[in-house]
Amino acid sequence: MNTMSTPSTDTRRLFDVHRGEAAPRIAPDRSVPPAATLKKWLRDMMLIREFEVRCMQAYQDKKIGGFCHVYIGQEAVAVGCVAAMKHEDPLVTAYRDHGHALARGMSARACMAEMFGRVDGCAKGKGGSMHMFDKPNNMFGGHGIVGAQTPLGLGLAFATKYEDEVMRGGKNTRVTLCFLGDGALNQGALHEAMNLAGLMNIPVVFVVENNGYSMGTSIHRGTTMAHDLKSKAIGYGIDAAVVEGMDVLETYHGMKAVIDDARARSRPWFIDLRCYRYKGHSMSDPRKYRTRDEEEAWEAGDPIGTLESFMLEKGMITADESKEMLKGVKAEVRDCVAFADASPVPADGELYTDVYMEPWGPYPGSSKPSMMGGGENTPSFRAIERSEDLL
Amino acid sequence: MSALREIEYRDALREAMAEEMRRDKRVFLLGEEVAEYNGAYKVSKGMLEEFGASRIIDTPISESGFAGMAIGAAMQGLRPIVEFMSWSFSLVAADPILNNAPKMLYMSGGQFGCPIVFRGNDGAGGQLGSTHSWCVEGMYSNVPGLKMAIPSTPDDAKGLLKTAIRDDDPVFFLESERMLGMKGHVPEGDEILVPFGKARTRREGTDCTIATWGRPVHFALEAAEALAKDGISCEVIDMRTIRPLDVGSVVRSVKKTSTCVVVDQSWSFGSPGSELASQVHRHCFDDLDNYVHRVHTADVPAPYAFNLEQEYLPNARKICEAVRAATYNA
Repeated sequence: MNTMSTPSTDTRRLFDVHRGEAAPRIAPDRSVPPAATLKKWLRDMMLIREFEVRCMQAYQDKKIGGFCHVYIGQEAVAVGCVAAMKHEDPLVTAYRDHGHALARGMSARACMAEMFGRVDGCAKGKGGSMHMFDKPNNMFGGHGIVGAQTPLGLGLAFATKYEDEVMRGGKNTRVTLCFLGDGALNQGALHEAMNLAGLMNIPVVFVVENNGYSMGTSIHRGTTMAHDLKSKAIGYGIDAAVVEGMDVLETYHGMKAVIDDARARSRPWFIDLRCYRYKGHSMSDPRKYRTRDEEEAWEAGDPIGTLESFMLEKGMITADESKEMLKGVKAEVRDCVAFADASPVPADGELYTDVYMEPWGPYPGSSKPSMMGGGENTPSFRAIERSEDLL
Repeated sequence: MSALREIEYRDALREAMAEEMRRDKRVFLLGEEVAEYNGAYKVSKGMLEEFGASRIIDTPISESGFAGMAIGAAMQGLRPIVEFMSWSFSLVAADPILNNAPKMLYMSGGQFGCPIVFRGNDGAGGQLGSTHSWCVEGMYSNVPGLKMAIPSTPDDAKGLLKTAIRDDDPVFFLESERMLGMKGHVPEGDEILVPFGKARTRREGTDCTIATWGRPVHFALEAAEALAKDGISCEVIDMRTIRPLDVGSVVRSVKKTSTCVVVDQSWSFGSPGSELASQVHRHCFDDLDNYVHRVHTADVPAPYAFNLEQEYLPNARKICEAVRAATYNA
């Protein structure tokens, strides 16, 4: 192991490294990616925002039920982090998950149809807003219980390392990104997961999307050491850093350095990713616990506007191109809403599928959603067995 | 080797795990004291030596953390075996084992299954007091999406555990500290698989059907022996698995005997025993000469005192009383 080094001296943006143990210095490479890459990021962020705006409308129209937590304001986090990952790196997150699903590559159609509770949803309408799963894109949910995804993320990383090192006899090649909100900092599951990750050298990055509020409780009212969350990880021997979450370039650069290091050393990281959610915790939240001034101050550093300005300034996009891009995004989201609305509700028989892999009793087994080419297994509803069936 | 080889229940569990680990590299064991300590109850004795520390994994006392970790690993395609030193300790892992493992396949619309086995000691019997004497089958069997096996003999312990490890769904495997040292015939060979959802008739009889599972199977056999001396012939059916529950075998037996006693070592309120009794009532409504009688653990927290604990649990005396009542021989 290398000797202890000083934190990064590059202070253009927040990125500073703390370590429990001696670790190699993390120096983000801040070279600007090509225009085509930035255009994709810009479009992905626009797509998430437009998608979420339409979700809010659909929720008001009662097309979407249950709880709905939108990602507006935090688009740079999902897009920047996913850009820093490889396709084969698992991703798992909490219930504010539409942005991660879209950034990971789920079609807006499958995502919106899931919100609508329709059969063409990513989980055939059985998961809903808080439970977005996309196996082909290595997205392992969408989890509704605060902090529950943190031991799962640990386990995904354990498994990829086990596959690489124990089953193939090679070197660790993958990193898991496990997202959580700042509210999850106070759940025991996270602390057990961090201890195990530190102890077992598991390549998992715990990304705290620190938007300052767990529902209506400001971080300063909910957790100790809120001014320095890194301190929570250091006690577990986990390297920790603060990364900017309102500027996708900074998010990408910071996370790229962290992920590369986690991959190379097979070690966990803990990231305090500073961001802000513009809207309430869920659709029923009037945001009485914070001021409009505070919201406006954050909105002034909007992640989409920041990247667009940067690209215009560098001549990487023209104003017309940007307008066209937004037009295309709006059309795509209109299409996904129409698609979701036209998609059938799941057949009654779907109630009993996917409870068990193998058929038994009233359970006919499992089938895949249409986005994976499945959905053919929609048996008719089966009542509890008749007495004659038992003999 | 002799065909009548006898081994302990704990050895049978170890054979099942070791054979499946030799067969499939995706299988690994984790839990408290499973590796260097050789298992708190010596179930995993010697496995660290054979399989190494990357597959026999000691964890700190963090049931929620390591159970959740194993579930994440199962989602990625591994096949973990999680040992709970006692199922009583699984309560602090309730969220991962009840909210994640059995629901993952459903919530993901069939994308992510959870091929995992949780196993460990279940039930009272060693004067451990209230916190350490849980029979979790009462609570946990309420949850769809999981399977539950409760073996009562060494051969079933091996055959059911091998099936559990190969199963693509989460399996809750309930052993008993009081039975770990029990010896029984377990045939040689590594293809002894006991299918889930197939009850085993432990004793044939004509007057009363006793349906039970796990440790109380032995109390039921003891009771049946005693009752036989009084001319009451009991058929003892070992359910082996609670999910799936082989109601058909009990129904067929009750159509012959016309009376039924269900023995369940969990609390009576909302239990596997109440479910089975309800189903027997439904399917044998015209065959029964009496309502289904039930013997459960007393509906109180587990006591410490030896005599109180004996009175708390189902036992042969209580089963005899229930059979006499059910058959109008009281």
